[in-house]
Amino acid sequence: MGVENLMDPSRIKWISSPGPDSDIVISSRVRFARNISDVPFPHLLSEQEAKNIVSDVYSTLKNNTVFSRDIELYNMNELSGEQKTLLSEMHLISLDLADSKNGAVIVNQDETVSIMINEEDHLRIQLMLPGLQLDEALKQIDKIDDLLEERLDFAFDEKIGYLTACPTNVGTGMRASVMMHLPVLTMMDQIGQIFSTITQVGLVVRGIYGEGSQAKGNLYQISNQITLGKSEEDIIQNVLGVARQILMSERKIRQNLSGEARIRLEDKILRSYGILTNAKMVSSQEALAYISDVRLGVDMGVIKGLKPSALNGLFLMTGPAYIQQMAKNAMTPMERDLYRADFIRQKMEK
Amino acid sequence: MMCEECQMKPATVHITKIINNEKTQMHLCEECAKQKHISFSTGLGAFGFDDAGFSVGKLLSSFFEPAGQSPMSLTDKLQCSRCGLTFQGFSKTGRFGCSQCYNTFKGQMNPLLRRIHGKTYHVGKVPKRTGGQLRIKHEINRLKGELQEAINAEEYERAAVIRDKIKQLGKNKNTK
Repeated sequence: MGVENLMDPSRIKWISSPGPDSDIVISSRVRFARNISDVPFPHLLSEQEAKNIVSDVYSTLKNNTVFSRDIELYNMNELSGEQKTLLSEMHLISLDLADSKNGAVIVNQDETVSIMINEEDHLRIQLMLPGLQLDEALKQIDKIDDLLEERLDFAFDEKIGYLTACPTNVGTGMRASVMMHLPVLTMMDQIGQIFSTITQVGLVVRGIYGEGSQAKGNLYQISNQITLGKSEEDIIQNVLGVARQILMSERKIRQNLSGEARIRLEDKILRSYGILTNAKMVSSQEALAYISDVRLGVDMGVIKGLKPSALNGLFLMTGPAYIQQMAKNAMTPMERDLYRADFIRQKMEK
Repeated sequence: MMCEECQMKPATVHITKIINNEKTQMHLCEECAKQKHISFSTGLGAFGFDDAGFSVGKLLSSFFEPAGQSPMSLTDKLQCSRCGLTFQGFSKTGRFGCSQCYNTFKGQMNPLLRRIHGKTYHVGKVPKRTGGQLRIKHEINRLKGELQEAINAEEYERAAVIRDKIKQLGKNKNTK
């Protein structure tokens, strides 16, 4: 099956169905790093050994009644560069996996589960749900982890837990993160202050495309840094607690905006809406910024008749690789910007 | 684009550094880059910032050195019997070669883990199939913490229930 199948937004759960607090929290993700014991980590594996791991993981899931009909496997060496970029834009794989020639990814039907094989670790199991529901994500990923462990021997040490290629992931091997849309905190210049506090409680903030990326479209990813010495539940509660505090302050400022500040914000929102519904060309950077404004406008009731979930979808569907794949034939950057503007206009009119 | 330094030659070396979310960019020609000791290790495509003296490997290996001691001398000789990784190899990449490495470099592990995580013990999930006894041990420890909380909050009924659970688990552990 081709990657095109994965692009259907009605199939992608974090876009199609809203979750709790999804006015501000786009998605919640939990990932487990796991390795097969007594097999070298991926960067030292021979091609054959790497292939064996892919087929072991795939057959373990195929033999399970819950998963068997539900999963698709994609080998990195069978995908084009553009297809791999698309998968990373969709948060199904990391850029590191895209570069791994023995890498593979298994994706389930609603794209809540993606299992990266032969990334930095043998397995990177990821569970992604809409809105703020890290606890539910942990429950679900726990089951998948148990199911895999029935047949695979995971490298585990009594004292230091799950063993990983990089010692920064050892212990639980878990990274819990929430993607938040924080336009007003960003606009009011309060984001820096909040984030410096966050780092003091062992959490990190990143842009939407992971490590080293900038915050685009006012989207931020907040996740735990420490993986050892705390239980999975405690880590989740920590991230959840901080996310709740941030979302409360974003909501509060939105509500309390009045007078000139409110008029200015509404003007900005409506201008962005004007651009998206009229422009001839829109770049992906512009798209992110204006979609962010329009989404805020929908949440604040300034713009009516658009669904927040449709805008969540647009965050994804205006990315360069997604646009390129939709258009099917190769495009110049200018053609892409024309296509993108067209596509957004259609979505906005609906 | 011209080189920022000499303004004479086209910039062919573009460097983006992000440190503490502060992004700085440099656009240099090859010669100025060399003068700034920005070298490209050929073949790997990777580059090191000798001027900044920073890499993940260096950062991690600095974690290995207990404060106040001279940099590793004995650790240099350690080598993993399973995958052949040396300590030097680890400090270059910041990655271990296999799960056995954790055993090989055991003596150096605690200071490293303490500096990264602040802790040296895992208290979370234990694999179901292979971790039987350990699972029970962890569960008992977890319940003991809960018991203490219940006692502190003077919720004695809840405490009694937890105490019975601990007893029951203790029995299971001994019979298994």
